Amino acid sequence: MLSGNSTIMEQASNQATAIESAASLARSASLEGPIKLSMRNLNFYYGTNQALKTIALDLPEKRVTGMIGPSGCGKSTLLRVLNRMYDLYPGQRADGEVLLDGENILAPSLDVNALRSRIGMVFQKPTPFPMTIYENIAFGVKLHERLNRADMDARVEWSLSRAALWGEVKDRLNTPAGGLSGGQQQRLCIARTIATRPEVILLDEPTSALDPISTLKIEELIDELKRDFTIAIVTHNMQQAARCADQVAFFYLGELIEVGPAGQIFTAPKQRRTQDYVTGRFG
Amino acid sequence: MAEATQHIVKSYEQELKRLRDLLVEMGGLVEAQLATATIAVLEQDTEAAMRSVEQDPAVDALEREVETFVIRLLALRQPMAGDLRQIVAALKLSSDLERIGDYSANVAKRSIVLSQFNLSFKLSGLANMARLVQESLKLIIDAIGDEDADKAIQVWRSDQAVDDIYTAIFRELVTYMMEDPRNITPCTHLLFIAKNLERIGDHATNIAETVHFAATGESLPEIRPKGDSANYAIIRPRDEKPDAE
Repeated sequence: MLSGNSTIMEQASNQATAIESAASLARSASLEGPIKLSMRNLNFYYGTNQALKTIALDLPEKRVTGMIGPSGCGKSTLLRVLNRMYDLYPGQRADGEVLLDGENILAPSLDVNALRSRIGMVFQKPTPFPMTIYENIAFGVKLHERLNRADMDARVEWSLSRAALWGEVKDRLNTPAGGLSGGQQQRLCIARTIATRPEVILLDEPTSALDPISTLKIEELIDELKRDFTIAIVTHNMQQAARCADQVAFFYLGELIEVGPAGQIFTAPKQRRTQDYVTGRFG
Repeated sequence: MAEATQHIVKSYEQELKRLRDLLVEMGGLVEAQLATATIAVLEQDTEAAMRSVEQDPAVDALEREVETFVIRLLALRQPMAGDLRQIVAALKLSSDLERIGDYSANVAKRSIVLSQFNLSFKLSGLANMARLVQESLKLIIDAIGDEDADKAIQVWRSDQAVDDIYTAIFRELVTYMMEDPRNITPCTHLLFIAKNLERIGDHATNIAETVHFAATGESLPEIRPKGDSANYAIIRPRDEKPDAE
């Protein structure tokens, strides 16, 4: 009995220590400045399968956080949690806390539509709506705001300009978005995301379907966008994480193994598994 | 991180091994060069001196090979983390080893002049210093081959002893020169020889710092036990009182 109790106590205290050390790791590695989004003891389950384990990670405001790790490590799952995408699927659930400016976005009472206007997401494959370029941008805005024609025109131009696409499409705003190249379509999706003026942008492998030049344009865009937005980018391309991210988090089997400034993660990672992964030694 | 797991890309693994092998080969060459130069000084062996000097081009060639290889690896492999540190370290290591080779050759050259003199004193201090420096060099080359941070720290700490002996030799040689002006030429060469050995010790220390960073990702502290006070040494003739006007 006694030994049984002490084991449970030990486990609990070990777990608490692990969470504490993970949190202090996250804090010590986080870059200067306020924290926009803060994950605390976050767990996520697909049915009985636990895909994220006691994640403690901060996204500093107006900084780019790169998320790396092998397939199935939980990084895309994490993005899906951050804008409550999993709500659509029965059997998927999260516990713990994700604080957006201090407010827990996992709370059941939260207005998910309002959340998604604050946290936008761009996917791996460009997903333009089967509408004109103009309508693609205006569509999301109309869900949240009532703008007159002039204001909407201004918003469309602003979004396309911020996404570095305005110059290329300003003369054909009323043509179908499907006619754009892959790289242009992806920038259109980014324009559509920022049109609702979110605070956080989640990018899930945004350049994996693009050629190198389009990829560089998106990376330049990310650099530009971080002046206004907090950005999280999931990428399989280590060099891309190195180029874009201020802070890099390495995930493995649903755990956050290490987080730190990009310079540190790619020159002197503290954890053996990070070192093995970034150098291409993973077994 | 010395016994890292294997790379998924085998050819990359082989290239990193080849880089290490090149450095160890270079280390072996300069180690032999210094050993031969030491024999040349202590045994007044001019043939050994020639052999030591003649090794220089081979060391230089290896340095260039390492340089070319490093640039190639950086361009083609885009190394990260431990690999990146190892590859960048190779550049610095090869340059330190090349300097050690140069100093050894200089010791050998001066020994040729020295062999023309009948010395009235023993070179036991210098022999001692040469032995210490050779031990450090051997250990640090092992550390390069094994990526061994502990050996690197050992060498990094041991340089103090070399500096101490150097200061003692400096005083000793100046005293000989004051005793008999005929000692001035050989002693001046011996001073330079001692200085060269001391510089070799410093480069071994640089190598230790580089190896430590490459292996662990952490720099050794800026301040190292550095105690060569020969720079400030003043030796007065025996009949002169220290406080004489």
